[in-house]
Amino acid sequence: MKLKSILTSAIAAVALGTAAIAADIKVGFVYVGPVGDGGWTYEHDQGRKAVVEAFGDRVETIYQENVPEGADSERVMTQMALQGADLIFTTSFGYMDPTINVAKKFPNVKFEHATGYKRADNVSTYSARFYEGRAVQGHIAGKMTKTNKIGYIGSFPIPEVIRGINSAYIHAKKVNPDVEFNIVWAYTWFDPAKEADAANALIEQGCDVVLQHTDSTAPQAAAEKAGNVITFGQASDMAEFGPLPRVSSIIDDWGPYYVARTQAVLDGTWTSMDTWDGIGPGMVKIGEISSAVPADIKAEAEALRDALGSGEYHAFTGPLNKQDGTPWLAAGETADDGTLAGMNFYVEGLTGTIPQ
Amino acid sequence: MDFLGINPVLLIASLMVSATPILLAAIGETVVEKSGVLNLGVEGMMIVGAVVGFITAVNTENPAIGFVTAAIAGALLSTIFATLVLHLKSNQVATGLGLTLVGLGISALLGKPYEGIKSPTLQSLDIPILADIPIFGRMLFSHDAMVYVSILIVGLVWYTLKYTRAGLVLRAVGENHDAAHALGYKVIRIRFLAIMFGGACSGLGGAYISLVRVPQWTEGMTAGAGWIALAIVVFASWKPWRTLIGAYLFGGITVLQLNLQAAGVAIPVEYLSMSPFLITIAVLVIISARGNQGAPASLGRPFHASN
Repeated sequence: MKLKSILTSAIAAVALGTAAIAADIKVGFVYVGPVGDGGWTYEHDQGRKAVVEAFGDRVETIYQENVPEGADSERVMTQMALQGADLIFTTSFGYMDPTINVAKKFPNVKFEHATGYKRADNVSTYSARFYEGRAVQGHIAGKMTKTNKIGYIGSFPIPEVIRGINSAYIHAKKVNPDVEFNIVWAYTWFDPAKEADAANALIEQGCDVVLQHTDSTAPQAAAEKAGNVITFGQASDMAEFGPLPRVSSIIDDWGPYYVARTQAVLDGTWTSMDTWDGIGPGMVKIGEISSAVPADIKAEAEALRDALGSGEYHAFTGPLNKQDGTPWLAAGETADDGTLAGMNFYVEGLTGTIPQ
Repeated sequence: MDFLGINPVLLIASLMVSATPILLAAIGETVVEKSGVLNLGVEGMMIVGAVVGFITAVNTENPAIGFVTAAIAGALLSTIFATLVLHLKSNQVATGLGLTLVGLGISALLGKPYEGIKSPTLQSLDIPILADIPIFGRMLFSHDAMVYVSILIVGLVWYTLKYTRAGLVLRAVGENHDAAHALGYKVIRIRFLAIMFGGACSGLGGAYISLVRVPQWTEGMTAGAGWIALAIVVFASWKPWRTLIGAYLFGGITVLQLNLQAAGVAIPVEYLSMSPFLITIAVLVIISARGNQGAPASLGRPFHASN
């Protein structure tokens, strides 16, 4: 009996050993929400699955969900690095400083931080030009609103979110000069109950379009319950809420990037870089525009999407002024990436102030 | 009728909805703590109630059955806690925290196939005659049944604790379990039942989030509501009607701050966002300044008949 159990554990140990040898590298993912949020984290996990599919046994992936931004995330990253991860994707803005801190301690581990701007020799950053998708949403929203009031659920007042608000506003205003934006800051990426409350507050204020920059599908459900309100899928297609209230969506497609970066580590060609891709390279996709949108508006929105994708039109093209009226971009001038990456101001016409 | 661009009727109507989950969980936990047990697993029981209620409501297409099974699921989960704490004398704080983790895990597992599905939701009652009263009809009498059930439960708990023999025995067990034991009361059994009642109430609260307030299933959707419920029990000094006030105050300020933002009121958002917590702290300070907070004397102490 004793011999048998020793033998079994020996076999188990050998099996474990070979399993460890079988995978060439280990790739870790740190998620801010649950993989089942139906939005942001869901799409990152789809990216992880693309890595698993592309490399099979050569790559082992590990992930941790619901990791709070801040000190706790540092612990999670450290743990992953100690477990032997070779490449770690940290997928929320708030992991920026923790990623840099942990990267200093593990110079041989490669880190990839999403949506941030701090890099190091072993820290790359990557993000998607969500604001291109916001432009398409703004266009549809401006055309579709009847009350001329558009609600926007912001998460945190960071450049990524502010860019989205500006881009949506510019394109809504372009097609509907009477449009007004009501912005609510939820101060969370993921809290379905609070997101639902925020959506309801906006709807009670008379908004008949609700845009969200939070991760769950709760605002979609709230809009559906209220009726006569349209929404857009955020980060993921959220097609289950179509054709109404969800009339279109921004889909983040991380898979190809994750596969490419994993390949780079396998090949030993990984270097620190900054990637910021939009509709053109396919990192941002516009979900199917539903039948609730009239054909002519749909055609315009698709034309806008294609112009943004081909690069013939930039979502931030002058003349544009800042909120206080000071000129920002002259006619025909487009915004540079540096300004966009650190955007901390509203464009002219938006009301309210950005919490600092 | 509008005040700062906000319609107070709609505001009060939505705060009652937003406060119901924490109210249900808090009133259940009040009974548990009155019996002398601290169960920190409220969040776990809520989320299990949310997922089980959602699953049964989707499969039976009946939200009422969803609520009943959610209560049963919450109570069943709490029996694990009760067995560990009462019979095996494990540490209440650690076991309660463990229960939360277990609940979050179980719910994620059970809920996987149900993500992105819509559930049947409770219709609002629009109580005849009362709902037609101007202003108050819309504000107070056109909610779904669970809002009134939650208030009814608060009333029943208050009456039972204050005026019935059973309530007196429960409080005796919570104040001094050795004396209660000496008088021949079954301390363990009473506590076990109280914990199950707390579990059932938490389950109902969770199901209210997944079936009415949001209505859909998303992993981790209670997002800390259970912890707020625990704070409200202390906030209310273990008194049933004060839990109602506490829950509505907290729910009310949360909804109010979102409404103020949506209405574009020029108050910095940071202050609005922290206001529910600031006011909770302020009230706690005022209450504790008055001395006796009414915590049951045996709260959190393990009981063994041999002592």
